[in-house]
Amino acid sequence: MKSGPIKILVPVGSLGAGVREEELSYGLAQGAHAIATDAGSTDSGAAYLALGKSKNNRGSIKRDLALLMQAGAEAGIPVIVGTCGQAGGDLNLDWTKDIALEIAGELGLTPKIALLYSEQDKAVLKAKNAAGKIKPLPPLGPLDDATIDVCDHIVAAMGPEPYIAALQAGADLILGGRTTDTAVIGCFALMQGAHAGATWHAAKVAECGAQCTADTGEGAGVLISIGQDGFEVEPLSVANRCTPHSVSAHMLYENSNPFRLTEPGGVLDVTEASYTALDDRTVRVTGSRWEPAPYTMKLEGAATGQFQTVMLIGIQDPDVLSRLDEFHDKLLYALNQRVHRTIGEAAGDFHISLRIYGWNAVTGDQPPPETPPPREVGVLFVATAETQAMATQIANACNPYFFHFPLLRDKELPSYGFPFTPAEIERGPIYEFKLNHVVEVDDPMELVRTSWIDLSKGSQA
Amino acid sequence: MTTVSDVCRHVRSKNAGPFWVTFDLFFDGEENFAKYAQSPALGPQLFERLFGADPAYVQHYPVPSLNLVKISYARDTPQGGRVERDMHRGQQYVRLLNVELD
Repeated sequence: MKSGPIKILVPVGSLGAGVREEELSYGLAQGAHAIATDAGSTDSGAAYLALGKSKNNRGSIKRDLALLMQAGAEAGIPVIVGTCGQAGGDLNLDWTKDIALEIAGELGLTPKIALLYSEQDKAVLKAKNAAGKIKPLPPLGPLDDATIDVCDHIVAAMGPEPYIAALQAGADLILGGRTTDTAVIGCFALMQGAHAGATWHAAKVAECGAQCTADTGEGAGVLISIGQDGFEVEPLSVANRCTPHSVSAHMLYENSNPFRLTEPGGVLDVTEASYTALDDRTVRVTGSRWEPAPYTMKLEGAATGQFQTVMLIGIQDPDVLSRLDEFHDKLLYALNQRVHRTIGEAAGDFHISLRIYGWNAVTGDQPPPETPPPREVGVLFVATAETQAMATQIANACNPYFFHFPLLRDKELPSYGFPFTPAEIERGPIYEFKLNHVVEVDDPMELVRTSWIDLSKGSQA
Repeated sequence: MTTVSDVCRHVRSKNAGPFWVTFDLFFDGEENFAKYAQSPALGPQLFERLFGADPAYVQHYPVPSLNLVKISYARDTPQGGRVERDMHRGQQYVRLLNVELD
């Protein structure tokens, strides 16, 4: 291990969210040994893996990546980015690679770039499954070939090993496919022999950048310093601070278990961790443990599902507002009947839902009986069907009912407020994650492909 | 009658991967944490009733150092499905606020 702690500059919670130059300068001045961040997550839904598209705008990724590449080149330290392009599929990674090459050309940088691909071949996964090497995680059951086939793209979340191999081979810039956030941030310190429990825990604390600080609105990144028996974390913004509470509470975030985090080659256990304030902005953490376990990689697979067409109306009619649940039920019934009568069997496996914004759209539950009527509501109509054309045909068939449905039959026909013409909006398909499984591998590199672009030699290897 | 919002200074909900939802109940101090952390009113049946969760997949973790209880459950419908209303499940905690603890 290098003498002294290993310092990792985590500039931002996710690439494209807004790296700050003054924070980079601060982190480099503290002697950072590497810059590491992830560039994605499953949080925003399956669309980005299914489509191979980034959630973040190209311009924002280019801006952040340019700042990191420039900083890395000036300081002579590696820049490590995982889960490129939001989902870390091959398309997502190649999109990011093209941006990096464009930046290098524009800034005159000549990094040696390692590209770590972890998208999986379906035939390979089927063979793994047949060999009993793929195990479900609750709540899903055993995997079948049909589920593999229905996915548009499948990735396996890498651990730190492919990154360490790339660093050891001299990479200046690593762009990784799907990787656990912690592996991206922890790989450099693990390579240097830092304490494993401290490294994984530090990486978890830092994975959302300034989210683990006392004022999450102040600044974007953090600096972690990992030693032989613990780690320290401080914000990159000098105006912000970390507290024992802000750091320990972050272990809870987006994590179903607050004490244990399963990683490809083991489990981080923070049950015995203790958090102390080193000064007014730095927290020291000790007692984190790493339990090695057989190597598994988590699989994520995204599939394109049925198509949706939506319509929106606004209602201020006091009679409707005083009886919204009744209105909802009657209207939904009438719309389904309308589809059965006018489209019939051809509608296929369709579904209509009405979400009453201003009343109960976010949950769909029934508000308590004494809830006063709102001043107005927006009603979102969502038709889901096998094709976009059928979803729109259903919306068109429902259009006159949805816009003019009377609460009581003997009432004059109302017209609710609709803001657009044409009234229907084709929303495209649904995207869903289909896999919640792990695959056992004999070697951490087995399902990973590394390729190199060495701009210092002006060629692609 | 004591509700969750009476004894918690903060309650939040969030997806924990596409298949799980997690709630963090930050109690207002040691006393109420000790009194209510293991309350049966916050048991698996509550999450079955409110969210359609399978009680077998409801996990409950008291975290004494933070006076916090974390409760996680497996979603009954996948994130982003055709009946999705809250992709991050970030608003689901509101339904816990009025739960009566005693």
